[in-house]
Amino acid sequence: MLAAILLGFLFAILLVFTGKFFRGKLAVLSAIIPGALFAYFASFIPEIASGEIISRTYQWVPAFGVDLSFKLDGLSLLFSLMITGIGFLVFAYTASYLKGHKYLDRFYGYLSLFMAAMLGLVLSDNIISLFVFWELTSISSFFLIGFNNSNPASRKSALTALGITGFGGFFLLAGALLLGNITGTFTISEMLGMKEAIAGSEYYILAVLFIFVAAFTKSAQFPFHFWLPGAMKAPTPVSTYLHSATMVKAGIYLLMRFTPILGDQEFWNTSLIIVGGITMVYSAIHALFRTDLKGVLAYSTISALGILVFLIGLGTKGAFLAAAVFIIVHALYKATLFLVTGIIDHQTGTRDVTRLGGLRKIMMPVAIAGILAAISSAGIPPSIGFLGKELTYEASAHAETFTVIIVIAIVLTKILLLWAGFVAGIKPFVGKLPEAHKDVKAPGFLMWGPAIILAVLGILFGIFPKLIESALVKPVVLALGADASDYHLALWHGFNTVLLLSGITIAVGILLYFFVKPSIKLENRIGKLEFISPKSILEKGTHYFGVFSAFWTNVFQNGYLRNYVTTIVLFLVVLVSYILFGTAGVTIDYSKLSQVTAYELVVAIILIAGVFYTVFTKSRLAAVAAMGVVGLAICLIFVFYSAPDLAMTQFSIDTLTVILFVLVLYRLPKYLSLSDYKMRIRDGILSVSLGAIICLLALQVLAEPTNSEISDFYAENAYKMAHGKNVVNVILVDFRGADTLIEISVLAIAAIGVFGLLKLRLKSTDRSQ
Amino acid sequence: MRTLILKTASNYLLPVLLVFSIFILLRGHYLPGGGFVGGLIAAIAFVLHAFANGLDNTKGLLRFHPGFLMPVGLGLAFFSGLTPVLFFDDPFMTGLWFPEPFPVIGSVGSALFFDIGVYLVVIGVTLTIIFTISESA
Repeated sequence: MLAAILLGFLFAILLVFTGKFFRGKLAVLSAIIPGALFAYFASFIPEIASGEIISRTYQWVPAFGVDLSFKLDGLSLLFSLMITGIGFLVFAYTASYLKGHKYLDRFYGYLSLFMAAMLGLVLSDNIISLFVFWELTSISSFFLIGFNNSNPASRKSALTALGITGFGGFFLLAGALLLGNITGTFTISEMLGMKEAIAGSEYYILAVLFIFVAAFTKSAQFPFHFWLPGAMKAPTPVSTYLHSATMVKAGIYLLMRFTPILGDQEFWNTSLIIVGGITMVYSAIHALFRTDLKGVLAYSTISALGILVFLIGLGTKGAFLAAAVFIIVHALYKATLFLVTGIIDHQTGTRDVTRLGGLRKIMMPVAIAGILAAISSAGIPPSIGFLGKELTYEASAHAETFTVIIVIAIVLTKILLLWAGFVAGIKPFVGKLPEAHKDVKAPGFLMWGPAIILAVLGILFGIFPKLIESALVKPVVLALGADASDYHLALWHGFNTVLLLSGITIAVGILLYFFVKPSIKLENRIGKLEFISPKSILEKGTHYFGVFSAFWTNVFQNGYLRNYVTTIVLFLVVLVSYILFGTAGVTIDYSKLSQVTAYELVVAIILIAGVFYTVFTKSRLAAVAAMGVVGLAICLIFVFYSAPDLAMTQFSIDTLTVILFVLVLYRLPKYLSLSDYKMRIRDGILSVSLGAIICLLALQVLAEPTNSEISDFYAENAYKMAHGKNVVNVILVDFRGADTLIEISVLAIAAIGVFGLLKLRLKSTDRSQ
Repeated sequence: MRTLILKTASNYLLPVLLVFSIFILLRGHYLPGGGFVGGLIAAIAFVLHAFANGLDNTKGLLRFHPGFLMPVGLGLAFFSGLTPVLFFDDPFMTGLWFPEPFPVIGSVGSALFFDIGVYLVVIGVTLTIIFTISESA
């Protein structure tokens, strides 16, 4: 299973080197990867359907309880199949949609990076590795939204999306750590048995809140929803794949995954019902006011996500069943509608629905796909959408409190979603073909094929619900902690209230479609309210935060190295002397000091002479050389006190520092601009006090009782466990190797920083010349 | 700053110092030394050469930008930590060792490759910083 997840990452890496093969005609071959993965996951269907759970564990950091453990149950399987299945179609579609694009290989790299991360997310059984994959999806989404990086609006949307989802990711980490603290494990399946302990914990509300923020940001719930419409700046395959079918459902996945652990509590259920309810109604209304097809779809996606959150909040068996079916319904019809929109955009060059019509004459297969998807979206029988809607109504009608309000809200949402589906799936194809689009060409099979496959599946599953019933839907409900084995999906349930509600929805929705046409006038009307939207409030907040940061930075990061050093030294002196004199008191144990030998004395004299020469010389070069002398003298002292490793490193570093100084100083003007008298006094006092404080500190340390447990352990085990006799080096490369790995990464980042800063500066001077 | 003596000497010193740096790198397992110091010494060797012969000559000698050593070294270090996870089902960065020590080199294990990674990163970082600064100063 690890290989299945890593495959996407490996392909992304491979593309770095073999990009040019995949940029041309071979692009469509990359669809093999998700295709193969889909087949792999599909092979698990019989096992999962019989109630089995497949798990694999790879040790990662066992010391912290962080394992790479993966679990495939009904919920994971459904998501895995969606990720790979829709991934397969989107990969193929992209080959045609972005045909000949200069960075097509890069696009595929991001897509497969995303696919792998998303698979890791839904398969992780460890909450920490889940978090890592969660962040990876945010990052790949950032790259994909900003794919057209020459467009400032794309860049801004990418940054907003990353900001919001990254903010949520932070909360996920906090929630994960809190849950780990309560239960003593990071493994999700182990938490399942500790439901009561978690619910009884005083941190329960806090943990739930953290998980909520994570899920709501990722799944674009009110008031964090606004990044999703912005994310529509991405090329349409991305909107299809990430921002409707898979990534935005990661939040839903998270809520579902934690339902058996955190759910079934009043706080959990009520909050989800309220947030989901507000989101679904709010954004369904918003969809009415859009003229951009992708805008309509974005808001209807948010609304659908709201419905899912709301259903999870209802928390009954029927609601879980409805949620499981609706995830499939939504993935099928919304992905189709996005693909259709992409084709229209690609062929006609516009997504403005007021200027589209009659396209059926040119692209019949696309029209069929669009209309079928609209039917499923509207919940008209015999589509699977009808099943989803029936189940949703059924679950809402059985809500325990505020039943009437809940039913009205969900019916209103469904009516508006029907309108949105019709506008996106039917409106562009009916009526008269505008003059401007007379010469539009028909799209190729790679484009309409995926759309029609998804659309037909939506109808097929509706007519034969048996196909998905025990294979996909029931295992999901089982994973959520309810048993639905006695329930059977069917189109016909007899005459009842739910059917009546369905009929009302369809009739009112269709009437609405004929009476309310999307128009610029409507769009402008909502634009006037923009200033109180969460988006503008957040943008204002960010703006002022930026202003404040700029002010703060200018105070402290003023670009003068001497000021930095002064601040650091002053702070250190104050802090250390506060601790030293304020709390501990200085005691010096003279008995522990060793005798001074003659050669130590000589070195000390050289050192002091070097210091004085550095301070009082008039020549820069001489000062640097004298600093070198000071450094070397310190090295010698290290040697005397048996720290040869330290001495060697210090020696090399000193040599390099002097060289570096000389390289820079060599080209500076000869004139030394000396600081004035007062400043020199101030600096002198500061330096002397730092020296004195450090000296006192060192003496104080000697007087403290020492604990040599750790160093004894290293000394004893260096050869036994790590085959090395040099303890220092064994600590560096073995015992604390992870630290070293991070340190060398930091070094590399510093080098890249220096390179980037200096080279970029050079380039800008080139430009001005 | 170009003197004939330094120039001639540096041509001989460069290989000697590089061999010395590798010696220090390998020695680190039993005696003072290791990838960090070794890398610094190798970097000093190149910087000395650059001092004597000019930056362009040293760059020509290297043929590639020293910055490329950074990802190579990081990759090697990371991979040496990942090997136990991938092939032996052990936790990340578990030390793996060949049962018998090799002649001259001593015992060889994942830690040695990790140290070589450190060595390469340190050379890459040091030379990138020094070359960049001396080019733009």
